[in-house]
Parts: sequence; C-alpha cells; structure tokens
Amino acid sequence: MYRYDEFDHRLVKERVTQFRGQVERRLAGDITEDQFKPLRLMNGVYLQLHAYMLRVAVPYGTLSGSQMHMLADIATKYDKGYGHFTTRQNIQYNWPALSDIPAILDDLASVEMHAIQTSGNCIRNVTSDQYAGAAAGEVDDPRIWSEIIRQWSTFHPEFTFLPRKFKFAVCGMNEDRAAIRFHDIGIEVVKGKDDAPAFDIYVGGGQGRTPMIGHLIGAAVPAVDLIAYLESIMRVYNMNGRRDNLYKARIKILVHALGAEEMKRQVEEEFVHVKEKGVVHLPEEEIARIRAYFAPPAYETLPDESSALNEAMADNKKFADWVKTNVAEHKVDGYAIANISLKPVGGVAGDASDDQMHVMADLAAQYSFDELRVTHEQNIVLAHVKKDDLFALWQGLEKAALGTPNLALITDHIVCPGLDYCALANARSIPISQEIAERFNDLDRQHNIGELKVKISGCINACGHHHVGHIGILGVDKKGTEFYQISLGGSADENASIGDILGPAFTEDEIADAIETIVETYINIRQEGERFIDTYARVGKEPFKETLYATH
Amino acid sequence: MAQHTNKRATTQAVTANRLLDGEVVYFTADGSWSDWLKDADVADGKEACAALLAKTEPSVAAQQVVEPYLFEVAVEDGAIVPASVREKIRMAGPTIRLDLGKQAASA
Repeated sequence: MYRYDEFDHRLVKERVTQFRGQVERRLAGDITEDQFKPLRLMNGVYLQLHAYMLRVAVPYGTLSGSQMHMLADIATKYDKGYGHFTTRQNIQYNWPALSDIPAILDDLASVEMHAIQTSGNCIRNVTSDQYAGAAAGEVDDPRIWSEIIRQWSTFHPEFTFLPRKFKFAVCGMNEDRAAIRFHDIGIEVVKGKDDAPAFDIYVGGGQGRTPMIGHLIGAAVPAVDLIAYLESIMRVYNMNGRRDNLYKARIKILVHALGAEEMKRQVEEEFVHVKEKGVVHLPEEEIARIRAYFAPPAYETLPDESSALNEAMADNKKFADWVKTNVAEHKVDGYAIANISLKPVGGVAGDASDDQMHVMADLAAQYSFDELRVTHEQNIVLAHVKKDDLFALWQGLEKAALGTPNLALITDHIVCPGLDYCALANARSIPISQEIAERFNDLDRQHNIGELKVKISGCINACGHHHVGHIGILGVDKKGTEFYQISLGGSADENASIGDILGPAFTEDEIADAIETIVETYINIRQEGERFIDTYARVGKEPFKETLYATH
Repeated sequence: MAQHTNKRATTQAVTANRLLDGEVVYFTADGSWSDWLKDADVADGKEACAALLAKTEPSVAAQQVVEPYLFEVAVEDGAIVPASVREKIRMAGPTIRLDLGKQAASA
C-alpha cells in the first residue's frame, strides 16, 4: 500500500488546520453560509436531509486494517455507529456535527486519510478495480497509476475550479470492474512498446441526466506521456467546457458537442503544445518509487488445489454457496479473492456497523496481508486469501453477519442513499432494494436466475448507477408521490451499454411485482447458458415490455 | 433547499437545518426554532407565508440555522402534517432505520 511521505503528511495536516479555522469562523458568524458552503464542500462536508454528511476518501478503494479500524472508531465516537460505503469507493457518515468535523479530520489524518477530493468541481478521488494486483491477466496494477494521478491532481491549482466535478477510473486489464467507460476519463492499462505499460484513454463517459459511453481518444499512450496527455485533456475541457449551464458542464457534453474525433484532434494539438512547454514527464525513478508501494505481498508457495477447502465445501453447504458466489480466482496458486457482501437481505446496501468494520479489519490482518478494498458495487474485498484459510475467514464473517452469499446475484444491488438521507433525491431507493431482496431471498432461486445486476437511483443524478444496471430503477417524484421507472440492458463492464427505458413508471407497491415479471420472462425465454444481459442483448426490450405491461 | 417549496401551496410552515449539528428544525410562533413540527407556526396565503419566512432572517444572521424555506403542510385534527414524502422523512428520520432521527427520540 501507498504510505504518506513528508509532503503528504504536511499537506493533509495543513488542510485540517485551515478547515478548523473556517469552521470556527463560520460558527462565530465571521463568514456566511454562502461563503462557507464551497469551503466545506472542498472538505467533503455536505448538508443532507437530517444532518451534515462527511464523505471520506478511500483512494482507489484500498485501505489498511488500521485505517478500517479508524473508520469504525469514528462511526462510534462521532456518528451513529455505522458508515456507508459508496460507488466512489468512499465512506460516508450521515450524522456528524459540524463542530466535530475538524476533530474527525484529525483522526483521519493520523491514519493517512482525509476528505479531500470528495466534493467540489475538482478532480475527484480516483477509483479502480477492486481485484487490482490479484486478478489473473492483469497487464499492470492499476493502483500504481491511480496513485500517480492522485498525486498529480491533488490541489492542482489549474484543476481546482473546473466547470464541473471530474471523475477518473483506472483498470489494469481488458476485463473492466471499474466502469471506466462511464467516467469523465477512463483508463485501461494495456501493453505498449516492448510490453511496457501504456494506456488506452477514454473520455466523456458518465451517467446522470445525460448518460454517455466514453470514447477512446488516446490509444496505448506511453507511461512517460501519461500526465502530459491527461493534462492536455483537462486543458481542452477547462478552456471549452460550459460554465453557463450546470447541466451541460461535464466533459461528456463537450465531447458530444465536438464529436470524439474533434476532441481527439484538440487534445493532440494541446499535447504537442504541452510537451514543447516542458510539462511533467513521468520519470522512471518516480514510477519505480510508487510501484514499490504496490509490490506483491509475500505469498507462500502453495499448490493451487486446497484439500482443506474442498473438504469444508463438501461438509458445509452454506460455506460452499458462499465460495461459489463470493470467491474469485487469484493469479497466484493456492490463493483466492474473497468478496464480503454488504447486501444482507433486510439490510441497507453498502452500510456496515462499527463492529462489522472492526471484524473486517481483523480478518484482513489475519488472512489478507492487512489490506481491504471497497468496491464501486458497495462491497468489500479481501484480495489475497489462502484457499486453506477461506473456511476460517467465512466463519469469522458469518459471526458478524457478513457472510451473505449473493455477489452479482439479484439481491446484490447498487443503491444510492435516496430520499431517506439525500437532499437531492426525489424518491427513496433503499426500501425498494429491500423489497426486491426480500422477494428473491431464496438462494436456490437466486442461483437459478444467475448473474443479474440491479441498480437503483433515487433521482436522475444516477448515483445508484441505474443507467448501467442489467435492471435499472430510477425513482421519480410525481406530485409528491414516489414512482419508479425501469430500464433494462445497461452494463458498466467492457461491453458498456446504457439501459433502455421500458415504459410508464410503477408505484412503490408495484415495483417488486414488476421486477418479478421481468425475471420470470427472462427465465422463460433464456437459452442455455445465457445470463439476463445476454438474453436481453439477443431479444431486446419487447418481450419484457409485453409481459410487464400486459398485466399492468 | 428553496426548490423544495411548492409555489402553489397555501398552508405552509418554515423549516431549516441547525448550523451546529444539521438537525432539522421548525420556526415557531415565538420566533425560536424547535426540533418538532408540532411546535411550528403555520401561515395561510401567499403574503402570510412570505412574512413568516421573512421573520427567520435574524436567526440566519445569528448563525442559528442554515437555508430556511417554506414547505406545504396540512392541519389535520389539530396536528401539522407535511404534504410531501420528503418533509415527512425529514420530520421523522430514515424510513429504513427507525432507530435513527427524531422518530427514535419520540418512540
């Protein structure tokens, strides 16, 4: 893992001191809310429906056991005993008092964490693949490049007042778990000259009210030019992005207006200019320094087959079910990637209690080199677990109600906080997720349905990624009543697609029935081996529309 | 926040969040702020509502609350009831965590 150097420490410490002063001046009445609001937002502090909300950055989703312990301690000491893991791989606290926030930031700084780049019109916390460094077939660990981008972008004076917020995602292989095509800039590490890491750069993806898939404009950009190329994109955006209209200010609108070819031409023109002016070339030594932080852990030499695992699976169906859904292949023999689902039926997607955070941190220390990852699908990953240890790990998780075996099944949803917490929301998301999970609670049924990603947003801002759900649900407000619009066929992976809206929206009472009708339609028409998304790609929306609205 | 005001509403109360801790509060007839909607002052008609909102200006200046706004209510059997789901949730707490928010204290 990356560790702070003296500059990082100083920068974060100074920022906390500065914010403490700003809070004091606000409380003393020396600055107004209009003056304070942009300052608090630059420090991750929002005002929600019931209270303030503090969003803490987890750079590229990776954190240590001691950091997770601190997140738990903050939940206990300053909040209501829980935190919410988000699609930006961050954590949010829903109840902090404004006057406590400087102290929380002090505590975070003590474990090399902060709330910088979690809000405002800057380059936000960079997200990445939760299987980084563990997935077979990876060209390079995407966290190395995410960290380099973090260091370049943090407090970059040129990019602190962009037309709008700006999100990067990086993945290290052609299997995309980071939704790179739905980010302002998405980066895939590819093999360049002499097999050295190079970068395919996608621009102009995003969700919100105008969902767009990013365009590849930079192919196999060499490492030495990475920052110069990114800087060129940022400059074209900063110069030409619309500041006159909030809804047209994201880079996706600029790319759409110019066309990908023209965007590429302008970026390349700027790139030539930037290189002539003597921009930051990434020195080899600096790449090597950052790379060293992400060196593979000290794996043992093990046979790939684990008789302990096989026996435990044979003896315990519940454990076998968990392995089947929640455990993924690791690149090193004898190791596995364990996914901890934060989607228990009846729970709140992405929420974890302080006790659960402590348990996850302890288990990470014991079984996964003291490191955890937050996923953009709001789960947690222990990336390097010995297959021999999986049973003991699962037992530990089960004791803390963290052993839900539903990864990528119909009860594993992305869900925004919705109108239960969020000041922007039009409708609640969490109760809809809970109703659907209850409806499909039967695990055999979930397995029979297979991979099916349901994503739910409580407003058009699409924090719940409904545009890219195999089944997407969007909450809307119609004269003070919540309605839910369904779209089908979205996908956030390397086969990126935006869901098609099916038809008129449903009420809260109708939505679970509607989802069941869609699922049953799929079961009836699917062909051997087809996942929901495959069937949808083959038949389109008509069969689903027919069955759904025939009875409605 | 002001975008949550229903311009066609006739009966309204004023709500805000307390500066210090973000708690939802309601403006009362004696010019103070209460945690409870039952204590809110209710105005009828455009002018009375505007006047009610104007009365909150000193407490904004005094750093008590943030962004006060009018919201539609009905008075049913003597109880003040918000018209929108949003305000019903603000007055109670998250619908999926009944142990949190005002509903926890009033239970």
